[in-house]
Amino acid sequence: MAITLKVNGRTHTLDLDPATPLLYALSDDLQLNGPKFGCGLGQCGACTVIVKGQAVRSCVTTVKSVEGADITTLEGLGTPEKPHPIQQAFIDQQAAQCGFCVNAVIMTAKAFLDKNPKATEAEIQQAMSGVLCRCFTSARMLRAIAQYGKAAAR
Amino acid sequence: MNISHVSRRDFLKASGGLVVTFSLRAQGPVQGSPEMNQLDSWIAIAADGSITAFSGKEELGQGISTAQQQLVAEELSVPFSRVRLIYCDTALTPDQAHTSGSQSHPANFNSSNLAQAGATAREALFRMASQRLGVPVDRLTASDGVISSGSKSVTYGQLVEGKKFSLALDPNAKRKSPKTWTVLGKPIARPDIPDLVTGKFEFVHNVRLPGMLHGRVVRPPSVGASLANVDEGSVAGMPGVVKVFVKKNFIGVVAQKPWQAIQAAAKLKVTWNPGPALPDPATFHDSLRKLPARDALMVDSGDVDARLSGGATVLKATYLHPYQMHGSMGSSCAVADVQGDRATIYSATQAVWYQKSTSAMILGLKPENIHVIFRRGSGCYGVNGADTVTYDAAILSQAVGKPVRVQLTRKDEMAFENYGPAYVIDQRASLDAGGNITTWEHESWSPGMGNRPGTNRPGNIITGSLLGFPPAEFAPRPAGPAPARVNNNSNGVPSYLAQVTGTVQSGRVVTHAVGSPFFTGPLRSPSRLQNTFAHESFMDELAARVKADPVQFRLRHLRDARLKEVLEAAAKTANWDTRPSPKPGNRKTGMASGRGAACVLYEGDNGYTSLIAEIQVDQDTGKIVVKRMVAASDVGPISNPDGLRNQVEGGALQGLSRCLGEEVTWDHEKVTSIDWHSYHSLPLGFEVPKIEAVLINRSEGEVMGAGETSITLVAAAIGNAIFDATGARIRQVPFTADRIKAALAARA
Repeated sequence: MAITLKVNGRTHTLDLDPATPLLYALSDDLQLNGPKFGCGLGQCGACTVIVKGQAVRSCVTTVKSVEGADITTLEGLGTPEKPHPIQQAFIDQQAAQCGFCVNAVIMTAKAFLDKNPKATEAEIQQAMSGVLCRCFTSARMLRAIAQYGKAAAR
Repeated sequence: MNISHVSRRDFLKASGGLVVTFSLRAQGPVQGSPEMNQLDSWIAIAADGSITAFSGKEELGQGISTAQQQLVAEELSVPFSRVRLIYCDTALTPDQAHTSGSQSHPANFNSSNLAQAGATAREALFRMASQRLGVPVDRLTASDGVISSGSKSVTYGQLVEGKKFSLALDPNAKRKSPKTWTVLGKPIARPDIPDLVTGKFEFVHNVRLPGMLHGRVVRPPSVGASLANVDEGSVAGMPGVVKVFVKKNFIGVVAQKPWQAIQAAAKLKVTWNPGPALPDPATFHDSLRKLPARDALMVDSGDVDARLSGGATVLKATYLHPYQMHGSMGSSCAVADVQGDRATIYSATQAVWYQKSTSAMILGLKPENIHVIFRRGSGCYGVNGADTVTYDAAILSQAVGKPVRVQLTRKDEMAFENYGPAYVIDQRASLDAGGNITTWEHESWSPGMGNRPGTNRPGNIITGSLLGFPPAEFAPRPAGPAPARVNNNSNGVPSYLAQVTGTVQSGRVVTHAVGSPFFTGPLRSPSRLQNTFAHESFMDELAARVKADPVQFRLRHLRDARLKEVLEAAAKTANWDTRPSPKPGNRKTGMASGRGAACVLYEGDNGYTSLIAEIQVDQDTGKIVVKRMVAASDVGPISNPDGLRNQVEGGALQGLSRCLGEEVTWDHEKVTSIDWHSYHSLPLGFEVPKIEAVLINRSEGEVMGAGETSITLVAAAIGNAIFDATGARIRQVPFTADRIKAALAARA
């Protein structure tokens, strides 16, 4: 059936099974590279997108349930030429190894800090406790998140 | 672009970026890898002076592509941004086998391969400039791609004119001294990070070919199960389903869209004959001792039994390590396009050339008709699912004659990967009255099956095995005599034996390789991590027995000056409190703090490393919090200090996750650690300790590997710190709260 998705400010009407997880619509139909399949179980965060300001795991969210809502993916934040401040923080801190988890980390941290700009280090840690980085770039990533948090709090 | 007629020159002219899609429609063989000993195989200079380097060592996230670009820029005296690097494409780049084992730096940054190509090219350019300008070579200087005599100058582009060098690599071409480096040795930022953080970067998961279909595999319940029946009618009429493909024990479904393939694979009715029952996990480690074994003697001084039985003080301990997995964040993915007798394959394999020869066996095609192109996958620390899913995509593409993308499920990734093997390690040592070690015996048992596929063993990984290829044969045999020259590639020999880096003359090291019910293979610091956990824990037990400070006791039994220096460097930065363990005055309940040290020369010649960990143990709950880790490293001249730090930090924390929680589990018929609830990785947001990387830089000498140094020491340093804090010794990884509580309860 026809499903209308609003992704990064653009409206797309797609012919989809309404039970299709949002991730496949984004990565296959819309050919976006940001959201990724990590586990398909909502356990790792690789597929995270921001829907109405909330970090959402797109691998366990049906397209039907987000029809018409504003969906932001990693691509919607900035570009290599004009990165968003949180993306710039990751560049500044060289906070990546393989980089597969970067989508999970940035999208989860951004949604959290935008709602909680004065979060403490412990609260940030708690917010990131459902996200994995198997290369364990954790120290740099938490520094990058803190850098963005400080700027956002100002 | 048409692959059969493409030369590397055409490729350079035609490709604006790294991503080039080849068409398969032409006839004739795919171009093979260029000759290793030819300069043109490694470096090309275009008429506009831009430089393209070709390497057989790939970027997995470890920063090696940045370092390789720095290397070429340095040797050719051009800015970093002038060099483009192409790596691991079987039609374009030199065949450097695997990217693995901390070997990329040793292979490409010393006096061969890419480094020597850079030096050879520079000297050739100087000779050409000398001739062109009529000025002797020693009066010329190069800067920014221009060779100048002061009054006259010529650019690289003008000298080469887009032609080939047609020169062999010159083994006598002189590398630039690290003392003069201006590009290499600097913390240059990784050029891939802006694309990674904005979603522009193309992983293998994002390769999209025209007309591409989506495949899904249906795996058996366990290794060794065989197919009884597939009811293809069970998915008849499902939307988008193109094909159900069955060959021996392999089953795959191909559909138009990913969600359709997923649903069809889930619905397909399959009956399996169960495989052999799995060994009882409760007695598994002990059972390894009784299995038929392939034995090896690494060291034998001949006097160990006499010393152990001569009335001296003898210490014995047994250390256990579980199977652990790569557990890559993204489940593995590959894209293949097989048409007729030819194939193009996009793979995150660590070995595109071996993927080429073994995919040929899987597909029944000639290797020369297969083109394998590396695309980065999710972090790989050895053999994750990248190779096996490449076979999956290839065989399903062949079945439908169209490009097919396959990504594994989380469960299929975790239940069938080639695990890092379990270990049982017995240690025995004797001490004299002066508190010196007089003999050390190490005996290990480790199960294995399969491994990397290599050139001709596709059955070493699950898909090859399901398609009927056997894994490499396991043949038990008794040990031969100890070799005259010790090779400590596996870290099996303790650092303190005189045969390697220490002072103890008497020792014996025996290894027993036995069969495994699961596929195994290299997982970051393979065998080295397990052996060093046992050695560096036992060294601490020996120090405690003679009431010696653990760092001083190590230094007293080491001969190698660099290993001593790297240990002293970490101790100095950590402000090491010199005294025996356990820490005096700690109470037996509540929170207790302690520190532990460990050191090793990785692989016997590939990276000096030491680690000091400061921890707190909650003795009521068994929970550990690591407060600080100081990791010192001496890997020769440093190519990129920030890249090295990133590896040291990541290794330390990955080691912490492996040491505190990671363990493959199973019941009587199947693996049960199949997702992130049942396989316990530390998340991003745990209480991350303060990590300090102490880098000892060298201005001369060989470079060594750095990817597996810090991780090798973590379990021992943490275990030693637990002992320091509590007086309890923990000898089984992972150090779960239950095991820590049991060790605390067993304290004298």
